[in-house]
Amino acid sequence: MSVRVLLFATYADLVGTGSVELPAPPASTVADVLAHLRGALPGAAGIPERPLVAVNQMHARLDTPIRDGDELALLPPMAGG
Amino acid sequence: MPSYLTRAPIDPTALVAAVSGAELGGVATFLGVVRNHQDGQPVLRLEYSAYEAMAEAESARIVAEAVERWPVRVALRHRLGELAIGEVAVAIAVGSAHRVPAFEACRYVIEEVKRRVPIWKKEFFADGSVRWVDPTAGREATRPVAPIGREV
Repeated sequence: MSVRVLLFATYADLVGTGSVELPAPPASTVADVLAHLRGALPGAAGIPERPLVAVNQMHARLDTPIRDGDELALLPPMAGG
Repeated sequence: MPSYLTRAPIDPTALVAAVSGAELGGVATFLGVVRNHQDGQPVLRLEYSAYEAMAEAESARIVAEAVERWPVRVALRHRLGELAIGEVAVAIAVGSAHRVPAFEACRYVIEEVKRRVPIWKKEFFADGSVRWVDPTAGREATRPVAPIGREV
């Protein structure tokens, strides 16, 4: 299966892109995809160990399961307002 | 569904009008305004960006929570793009029959927006430096945002 990973603000700057499509084995969690991302893209090493994450536009956790076609977003500390 | 994000200047009076009515005796408002300094350094302007689809969805969830918890009407707008000093970055207007729920719901909405809505800002300093704002920098790690509505 595959997952679309979205990166924003500082994380996008680190990785050099705002969006990347990654393959993921079945029964992956957010943490699994994150580990894969770190291996696949050198700049991703600069993303914190436990970033805020969202799956399909809802706040999620590192142990949230990922399904085929999900949209996983890595969220730097938010600064609205 | 209303859009909570805008690239055009925010007109607070339009938000007040949207939550006013003959049966509503109080309107509480909050305006977040671009200030000219951060950590003692002069700031020239800010640039706001967002995970727009989620920012809209999370804003809608926050407004729905406020309306469920208090007898209020809520209007919320957040600006994106480049903002000059003094411009309104976020505006909230809350109308209610009485002042207490209006104040409480207004406070709830701004605090939740800052905590949960995926918006980021870049500061442009007078000395030419540019920095992404990290409200958690120099503090203890903040609590993760509780996930809502997703089976885990």
